[in-house]
Amino acid sequence: MKASRTAFRKVWDKAFVSIVLLLSILSIVPLFLIFFHIFKEGFSSITPGFFVNLPKPVGEPGGGIANALVGSGLLVLVACILALPVGIAVGVFLAEARTNLFSTSVRLSMEVLQGMPSIVIGIIAYLWVVKPMGTFSALSGSVALAIMMLPVIVRTTEETLRLVPRSLKEVSLALGAPYYLTVLRVVLPAGISGIVTGILISVARIAGETAPLLFTAFGNPFMNTNLLKPVNSLPLIIFNYAISPYDDWHALAWGASFVLIVLVLALNLLSKVISHRFRVEF
Amino acid sequence: MTESQARLETKIKTTSLNFYYGAVQALFDVSIDVPAGQVTALIGPSGCGKSTYLRTLNRMNDIIDGTRVEGQVLIDGKNIYSHDTDVVLLRKRIGMVFQKSTPFPKSIFDNIAFGPRIHGVRKRAELNDIVERSLKRSALWDEVKDRMNENAMGLSGGQQQRLCIARALAVDPEILLMDEPASALDPRSTAKVEDLIAELRGSYTIVIVTHNMQQASRVSDYTAFFFEGRIIEFDTTQVIFTHPEEKQTEDYITGRFG
Repeated sequence: MKASRTAFRKVWDKAFVSIVLLLSILSIVPLFLIFFHIFKEGFSSITPGFFVNLPKPVGEPGGGIANALVGSGLLVLVACILALPVGIAVGVFLAEARTNLFSTSVRLSMEVLQGMPSIVIGIIAYLWVVKPMGTFSALSGSVALAIMMLPVIVRTTEETLRLVPRSLKEVSLALGAPYYLTVLRVVLPAGISGIVTGILISVARIAGETAPLLFTAFGNPFMNTNLLKPVNSLPLIIFNYAISPYDDWHALAWGASFVLIVLVLALNLLSKVISHRFRVEF
Repeated sequence: MTESQARLETKIKTTSLNFYYGAVQALFDVSIDVPAGQVTALIGPSGCGKSTYLRTLNRMNDIIDGTRVEGQVLIDGKNIYSHDTDVVLLRKRIGMVFQKSTPFPKSIFDNIAFGPRIHGVRKRAELNDIVERSLKRSALWDEVKDRMNENAMGLSGGQQQRLCIARALAVDPEILLMDEPASALDPRSTAKVEDLIAELRGSYTIVIVTHNMQQASRVSDYTAFFFEGRIIEFDTTQVIFTHPEEKQTEDYITGRFG
């Protein structure tokens, strides 16, 4: 009786481990399927011309995504210019401020903002920027993306700065450094790798956002670098081509998806490298 | 108070100082006169308030949430807790060396130059001068003069602590507060730091917290014995270590408790 129970327990133990392993393997399957599929469908579109040409009308071969690449770059760059100073400042504030009603409200607001559906942020940017300006524009798209970046930058900045030892700050203050110089010259440099990592992660996150751009940046079949005019972007070009009825355009959408995924992957890997290689030791 | 003490000028005068961490009182009615240009040691068992007292002298406790001070700390006759005190200027006059050596993750040069730069020294020649002088004062110059651009985190523990002392000296303070500066060091490094304190004596008013009785007796001119947030006895080191008035002091020094 006892022997059989032991045997049963051993079998059950093995089975349990197998189930956990199996489910773990299953969880990475979707990612590989996505990579495989996009690679298979998209890689054939990737030619040198794909990166430098503009989209071409249906039936004409050799269209590219140059305008979407430039547009995405522009949107992300301006979003960074808008979001970084604010995000880092709020992160510093949350890391340094005493716990009171105001700091708690700010932290809570950032958490809520992080959970805000991206389409809602798009609508807000439409109301705030597109309507008053009277036109869709790259700027309005960047505003929407900046709002999406903000909570990520705030959170990573705060978390990083909280790891900076208090002793380091005390040394600086004890030398007669005013508080703001202590933050600028001691606290921020000590946490810089974490902050840069946060920026890269947030860029990777917004680079693939479509919803906030639908009625802000809007999309544009031509090359545009004017902030006040509509601009194309990688997610928008994928969206517009994928819902079109033409096979040529589907192929372009796959190619653009491939490029987007490689870019996002590269950003994520880069952020890992930075957070490991350039961490300041205490 | 002994006669010799009465003759010396008082640098830091503390009168009925009470200190609270939230609802917990850490210092009770602390009153001592720290003489100028001398080394004053603060001794007592862990948690007796000696570090807390040290940190009230440059208002370092200000940055801890929920702390409160009652009473007065007069430096050169001026209450540092009065409303018109500029804490930044105050801390420039009072150097502090912490228990754990805490170099900035920067080069040796930039560590020493940090304070002077903060206080507006821009010229390279002047900075070079200050850095060299400070490192010589802290007896570190010969060991690091050829590696000024290396990261200070690469120095040994004893060197790091002397670097921290040099960094504090670089802003030309009048007072040097030391919170167990040698407790994490090996005996040779400890001896070097103690030699250094002996050399700085006279030029600076030094207040040092230490757990090490021998160290207190070796380096200090005056000793205050703290117990449970109160000053039990304050006198010349010689008196405290040879014939203290209080039974508690004697028990602590001879190792019967604490």
